[in-house]
Amino acid sequence: MENEIKSIVGKFNKDPMRLMDILLDVQAEMDHVPEEAVELIAKELDISNVDVEQTKSFYHFFTDKPQGKYTIYLNNSATANMMGRAEVAEAFEKAVGCKFECTSDDGMIGLYSTACIGMSDQEPAAIINGHVFTNLDPYKVRALVASMKAEKPIEEMVEKYGDGNNSSNLIKAMVNNNIRKKGPVLFSEYETGTALKKITDMDPQDVINEVKNSYLRGRGGAGFPAGLKWDFCRRAQSEERYVMCNADEGEPGTFKERVILTEMPQRCFEGMAIAGYAIGAKEGILYLRYEYKYLQEYLEKVLNDMREANLLGKNLAGKEGFDFDIRIQFGAGAYVCGEESALIESTEGKRGEPRNRPPFPVQKGYKDQPTVVNNVETLCSVVKIMEKGAEWYTMMGSRESAGTKLLSISGDCKYPGVYEFEWGIRIRDILEMVGAEDVQAIQVGGPSGTCIGPRDFKRTLAYEDLPTGGSMIIIGKERKLLQDVVRNFTEFFIEESCGSCAVCRSLTVILRNKLDKIIAGKGTQSDIDDLKKWTKYGKMANRCGLGQTAANPIATTMENFMDKYEDLIQKEVEYDTGFDLAAAVAESCNYVGRKPNL
Amino acid sequence: MSEKIKFTIDGKECYAEPGQNVLDAAADNGVYIPSLCHVRGLIPAGSCRICNVKIAGRNMTACTTPVEEGMEIENDTAELQDMRKAIVEMLFVEGNHFCPACEKSGNCELQALAYRFQMMVPRFPYEFPLRKPDSTAPKLWIERNRCIKCKRCVRSIKTADGKNIFAFRKRGHEVEIQIDHELAAQMTDEEAKKAADICPVGSILYKEKGFSEPIGTRKFDKNAIGSDIEKVV
Amino acid sequence: MSKPVVATTSLAGCFGCHMSILDIDEKILDLVELVEFNKSPIDDIKEFTKPCDIGLIEGGCCNSENVHVLKDFRKNCKILISLGECAIMGGLPALRNGIPVQECLEEAYLNGPSVSGNKKGILPNDDELPMILDKVYPCHEVVKIDYYLPGCPPRAELIWEALAALITGNELKLPYEVVKFD
Repeated sequence: MENEIKSIVGKFNKDPMRLMDILLDVQAEMDHVPEEAVELIAKELDISNVDVEQTKSFYHFFTDKPQGKYTIYLNNSATANMMGRAEVAEAFEKAVGCKFECTSDDGMIGLYSTACIGMSDQEPAAIINGHVFTNLDPYKVRALVASMKAEKPIEEMVEKYGDGNNSSNLIKAMVNNNIRKKGPVLFSEYETGTALKKITDMDPQDVINEVKNSYLRGRGGAGFPAGLKWDFCRRAQSEERYVMCNADEGEPGTFKERVILTEMPQRCFEGMAIAGYAIGAKEGILYLRYEYKYLQEYLEKVLNDMREANLLGKNLAGKEGFDFDIRIQFGAGAYVCGEESALIESTEGKRGEPRNRPPFPVQKGYKDQPTVVNNVETLCSVVKIMEKGAEWYTMMGSRESAGTKLLSISGDCKYPGVYEFEWGIRIRDILEMVGAEDVQAIQVGGPSGTCIGPRDFKRTLAYEDLPTGGSMIIIGKERKLLQDVVRNFTEFFIEESCGSCAVCRSLTVILRNKLDKIIAGKGTQSDIDDLKKWTKYGKMANRCGLGQTAANPIATTMENFMDKYEDLIQKEVEYDTGFDLAAAVAESCNYVGRKPNL
Repeated sequence: MSEKIKFTIDGKECYAEPGQNVLDAAADNGVYIPSLCHVRGLIPAGSCRICNVKIAGRNMTACTTPVEEGMEIENDTAELQDMRKAIVEMLFVEGNHFCPACEKSGNCELQALAYRFQMMVPRFPYEFPLRKPDSTAPKLWIERNRCIKCKRCVRSIKTADGKNIFAFRKRGHEVEIQIDHELAAQMTDEEAKKAADICPVGSILYKEKGFSEPIGTRKFDKNAIGSDIEKVV
Repeated sequence: MSKPVVATTSLAGCFGCHMSILDIDEKILDLVELVEFNKSPIDDIKEFTKPCDIGLIEGGCCNSENVHVLKDFRKNCKILISLGECAIMGGLPALRNGIPVQECLEEAYLNGPSVSGNKKGILPNDDELPMILDKVYPCHEVVKIDYYLPGCPPRAELIWEALAALITGNELKLPYEVVKFD
């Protein structure tokens, strides 16, 4: 093992900042990161064992033990559940012969749950040894497991490739793009390099001004003006600056960036280069979520093609002194790394814990240098803005919300997939377009967003009305909102909290338990009152976007669907501790062999 | 002298050195802002969230916010005090805090904050998690049941060449403190004692010593936490 | 006006809190003047003979009998007070919480270092015995509790001041030194 580790660590110049890549390679090579490997890595990097362990143990896809020759990560998001995950999971357990979160006794097949893998429009879906399997059903599951037992190579189990580039030689995935509506900005005709060649004649400050004039706001969810961010970064005193592209698309129900990176990654990379020119950066990093690792070879090829076309590398687009290149940094399964400062920490080989602000990343980001972190969609929009001009862009949408927005739409509708809309579109019109009938609720912007009901369907998607990072999960009338959706989302936040802040770490569990009490029929009005009071601590006290919104699934459904809570509580009882004597004595009575006399 | 920054806390006029954080600056002006993770001189973690104050309508942690000229800070408001008390209560139910049997009782900052806020019982249900202590370090006992994950040890206790002896493991609700066994074995008495002292609760204990101070003479037996700050000035 | 009626009990506790009640020294005479005791180990009244105003609960609930007694107190007392750390948070008996009951029983009756003579490996399972709960519950997680007096034991002064305030209806003002968890 020692030689293997030495060679991996050597590959990354014994740089502790590349610990993520080192661990990714070790995990890929050994199917886990054993304690011995942790010690060897620490020795090679000259850091303490606990330093390696703290990063390793933070990420979902770094494991202590081998997970199996075939490791199945089945998505457990609310959308997956809506689309029949329970039957699929049961079929897996039956066929494999072990429960989830375990590996079969012979070490052949591991069954594990994972958070949303960005396939909400083709659920239930799983990642098996890095390959994505979509639209699973019990029949397909049985066939898959039979193939695994016959030790068939995983590539051969992918029977049909998806549309567009999904079927290209370097991807070969059964994933579908499901592009349902193209728009003028993102899914539009464009010749790679046009914008880049145009801007290299401009002064970098003019590039920033053009972005400012377009009123483009960050598409990750927070909606911070992109031009302003670039301006701050350019003004920060430093020799070095960095551009990072946030492709850690982890918000359950969101998958639009996967489609962009499948169909037009060039646009994203070009956007990064433009940002690099504008702020004066030489290095760009695409932080890509581990779940999209199946795109790696393809994206590396695209980067190489762009280098060959002089759109990356030295003297870009013929501009003397404009050097810019991009590397891909993979995550390893942590939603919180989508928070920009956590993403930077992760890229530096650390735990994905959001940083305190100030300083902001534009002042002190990657390697403590000024860094711009933009979302994939934002950078793609920049390219089109530079090509056609800010004025063209602002003619779409409204002043507060210029341009168009990509939406990932999933759940109870006929046409789930990706849509490009002009900002300002009415929710009701969207519902009609996606073929959604009998809608009970819509989760706008994922679990961290808002759950709205029919009385809000007349509202519009816009920063000044209903802002969104880019997803809508449609929840039909037949769903049990609290049990099927709110509880799942709350669990998601428990799972994904980095654990640094006391309130985020602790409150999420407290809220889940209280919700469980209400769902179990043991709640009273006082429990509803408690929940209402307690959710506000999350927003007040937490440091990052994850923590501040972790109570949103409960808080926003209490605002819009209070009747669902009231339906579940005991009306005739004023107070109930929820104590259940029969349940409390069951275990001991069972063990000593006596019948409980209650 | 003219370099001092002028700001207010709950209307009281205060002065700070440039670059000072709100929490330290408040203390220098005789205003106590409760906190568990902050220690003057360490890089602020902003992780316990108790020092939350309101500045220009926004909630900010005092330990991570530099004072700015003219800042108007709200500290002693009913809303903030309720939230701080709630956080203390969360920490009590999240771990296993058996005060009567704890070596740190009377000198524990978590307990002291509970006294200050007159916590009679946490409003949240107890979790009673199963946590495993670690006794492998020759001089230190890591009692994870009491750990509040403030990262004081992580931030302050390092080897001479800057390596971490303490670090987090896992994430979220499962987060726990780990101690590097190799490095812990080389800790001097002085370093071990420093680690035990910096821990605000009884989670890092110096082995073979405990309950050495009689009840009544311990740090917070008679004086509330923060009262020393409030007495100054 | 008739005297307020007080009942007390010790569940999974050590009787230390009851000792602390007695520790109010000569004020015990004042207390007897002020209140009438009903069901309590202090006067050895075993069952409630009338509705009570105040119930003082020492100890948490570790078995089914504790639960029954506590519920009985809730039924018979207008105000219930959790007295001491065990009633409030389970206290030392709750050190077992988190460990599966099976392991606790094995340690106590089969494998523990102090076990001898149980060669047949018998686990107590007679119907007459209280049933062990999966964990030790704080009293307020079983029934509604109105007030809490922390301490191990609560300082005699705290008990006295709290009872006096309740009985007289005066505002309870506690000096800092009185409320302690140890």
